[in-house]
Amino acid sequence: MTRPKVVVVGGGLAGLSATMQLAQLSIDVDIVSLTPVKRSHSCCAQGGINSVNNLTRQLGDNEWKHFDDTVYGGDFLQHQPPVNEMAQWAPKIIELMDRLGVTFNRTPEGFRDQRRFGGTLYARTAFAGATTGQQLLYALDEQVRRWEEHGHVTKHEFWEYLGPILDDSGVCCGCVVQDLVSMEIRSLRADALIIASGGCGLIYGRSTMSMACTGSAASRTYQAGVHYANGEFIQVHPTAIPGADKLRLMSESARGEGGRVWVSRIPQDPRHPTEIPAADRYYFLEDRYPKYGNLVPRDIATREIFNVCTKEGLSVEKDRMCVYLDVSHLPSDELDRKLGGILEIYEKFQGVDPRKVPMKIFPAVHYSMGGLWCDYARTAAGGLHVGSPRNHETNVPGLYAIGECDYHYHGANRLGANSLIACIFSGLITGTGVANRMKSADRPLAAERASTLFDQACQGKQADYKALLARDGRGGNPYDIHQELGKVMTQAATVVRHNPDLEKALAKVHELQERAKTCSLSDMGNWTNQNVVFTRALQDMFPIAKTILKGALARDECRGAHFKPEFTMPHVDAEAPSERRRQAEAWCDRFEENNRKWLKSTIARLGPDGEPELSYEEVDTSLIPPRPRLYGIVGGEVIEEVWKERSRGAAHE
Amino acid sequence: MSDTTSSRAFDVVVLRQDGPGRPSYWQRFAVPYEADMNVISALQKIAAMGRTADGKAVSPVVWDCNCLEEVCGACTMVINGKVRQACTALVDRLLEDNPEAIELRPMTKFPVVRDLMVDRSRMFATLKKIKAWLPVDSYYDIGEAARQSQENQQIAYELSKCMTCGCCLEACPQYLKIELVRHEGESDEAFHARETEAFFRSFMGASAIAQVDLFNTNPTGAMTSRDRLDALVSEGGIQVCGNAQNCVQVCPKDIPLTTSIARMGRAATVHTLKQWFDR
Repeated sequence: MTRPKVVVVGGGLAGLSATMQLAQLSIDVDIVSLTPVKRSHSCCAQGGINSVNNLTRQLGDNEWKHFDDTVYGGDFLQHQPPVNEMAQWAPKIIELMDRLGVTFNRTPEGFRDQRRFGGTLYARTAFAGATTGQQLLYALDEQVRRWEEHGHVTKHEFWEYLGPILDDSGVCCGCVVQDLVSMEIRSLRADALIIASGGCGLIYGRSTMSMACTGSAASRTYQAGVHYANGEFIQVHPTAIPGADKLRLMSESARGEGGRVWVSRIPQDPRHPTEIPAADRYYFLEDRYPKYGNLVPRDIATREIFNVCTKEGLSVEKDRMCVYLDVSHLPSDELDRKLGGILEIYEKFQGVDPRKVPMKIFPAVHYSMGGLWCDYARTAAGGLHVGSPRNHETNVPGLYAIGECDYHYHGANRLGANSLIACIFSGLITGTGVANRMKSADRPLAAERASTLFDQACQGKQADYKALLARDGRGGNPYDIHQELGKVMTQAATVVRHNPDLEKALAKVHELQERAKTCSLSDMGNWTNQNVVFTRALQDMFPIAKTILKGALARDECRGAHFKPEFTMPHVDAEAPSERRRQAEAWCDRFEENNRKWLKSTIARLGPDGEPELSYEEVDTSLIPPRPRLYGIVGGEVIEEVWKERSRGAAHE
Repeated sequence: MSDTTSSRAFDVVVLRQDGPGRPSYWQRFAVPYEADMNVISALQKIAAMGRTADGKAVSPVVWDCNCLEEVCGACTMVINGKVRQACTALVDRLLEDNPEAIELRPMTKFPVVRDLMVDRSRMFATLKKIKAWLPVDSYYDIGEAARQSQENQQIAYELSKCMTCGCCLEACPQYLKIELVRHEGESDEAFHARETEAFFRSFMGASAIAQVDLFNTNPTGAMTSRDRLDALVSEGGIQVCGNAQNCVQVCPKDIPLTTSIARMGRAATVHTLKQWFDR
């Protein structure tokens, strides 16, 4: 008997958890991955995975507070029901991952240890040393290998996804893939296609992301008609180690375990950091945010570090911007047990022992909050209908998006240690929903359909591939074009954004896109041709780069990671209490007005001319009303006070 | 090595091979020097240049990499004669050791796909042979995981850092290359089955032995430890180990492989005796 089949593109946490859930429900899965799935980018996640736990619960924490921290951290730009559901599942997912053998750190009594992460006041984060993502990935990889052995899962590793196949009525029924060793192009029939291809950091040239994170799979899906939402929300992580080939992440867990960020009050202080006395050290995050200290959310930490270097001129080095991240005051054995993995990375690449000498770090592009648009099925109580095939389904029926390449959960800024939980949650819930989709018998199985559709799709991609190989050698160099693209994007669309810069960047990216259309290959061969893979990925970076830039240009406000100095909120800086109060009232008026105008998601669709067309989608904020996002900043108390009065007034009305 | 301003170049020589079964050949590249380079960034520059040191246009060198921070295990190659990850191989250090050139070769224990890229599917097949997973009942919310001591977690975590990079196997005198050639007209499935059989019969190597240790010390894994011990003492199992102890010296993650081998050696002996008495 012919059985339904699902194809999953990408084998990180999201793709693997969807796969194992489908396999458990007796659905056959084909996984397509650029690398052996065990080498997926999820292995780079370091610090941990969030959930309310027995310990925080007794300090007043609960699932709702995890949910609240997440939407507050995301500046209220995410639909709330999926986040609510995720927070409910989080403690169960941690327990599951523990059962699957993840080597979580333990307390002396043998319980899971937890640490505090950014944007929360509770120690919610379970961790396995400082390589939590690697350990979670391995546990899922092992389970999927088990299903592979059972015959439910087939892996296509070193295969590339070239695009979905849609039938005449616009329903997805498979995809075209290419074997990157033999370069053979073929189709995979699928009764559902799940894109779990991760982030798009390589659009920025160097980032904290792995080499597979080109965004090309998401881009090919977008170019086939799936909408792309909130592209402009790119997380720049506050602490990374600059490098020639990539910017290596230095986990937030370094601060979670007590690490402190500082600079000398004397610009480019020539003294060795260990010789700079306490009086000359400026712990700027702790000074400005006494409540959260070094654990303010990432967008805020990043802007503060950026400002202290650019506006205040206090960068530690003159030629290269950086600040100190200091863990040298913490006990060395504890550091090894809890942060060993990341301290080794620093030591290996910088040749300095961070247990003794403060690290030098600077922000780097890290995560895309936005991604492929997808749906969800809301319950009346504000959660998700578990088992609904609508959860994570894109606007193309039968085509799903999960993990970093979807746009749910993180809004305008992601909290640390929330990505791992979101990836696994979206995989599990989508696995269940897709399995239910398989049960409805109102359409023919992909395996039983006429082959014309699949053959034509393959021929199209084959023709593109041949045309690429046949280009004459007079065009530009794809590697150089990629470098230029990275430079343009990093300058215009990271920490600080200005409209004139974004306009210029759009024009420049367009010009680069045109040049990429004729760029030359240096390898015309038909065996393991990485030159083809790179050039094709480069071409597919432009549509996403344009949605990022165009979305950022249109959005005239500051929200989470998207910061435009021209549209910052008014200052509350008066000395006299009455005037201060008046300023706070004006601040709150402006806040409400801005939310009416901009509390909405950007939706990009590819227009007939190949350019993104923007529209906007209302955000479901029905569970937790939006409020000013101040994180206890010094001087912000009066705003909180005015806001509280207004909320009380609104509640009484 | 803080010379960042000069426009000097350094040489990289690469042992290339166009495909399986093809002859290998050396090529020399002159790479412009920059501060803080590693072998990956040198290879990126070589790809962008597309020319050898004497100006001949060539196709870019093919190599495998992903994370670039020594946690994914992809970029293993033989650098200046030593097997290691290319991402943590810093150009300054390599030039200190040998200012003449940096020499890159593919691993020798796995079939070359092209240039520096090899086929390590045998390692993943071996993980199937030893059942390197926990056979949990389901993925539903059915209760809590077992508590574990800090000491146990520390041991398990070290073993679980294995990224299947293959360094330990490259350095092992008992681990020998298997390169099968597809028969005329042989189907994918038939070839794959023949390959898996060959993989299962040949030495599993240190990384797999340490994984048996990892899963058998887990409270849930211990319930099915006999299955893994059966694999451990089967053809190609732990008895093939010649105790050269090269593996532990080249492991980029400092996994105590020889400690695991010793522990598993004892477990294998007990297991075999028990099997003998139970007969």
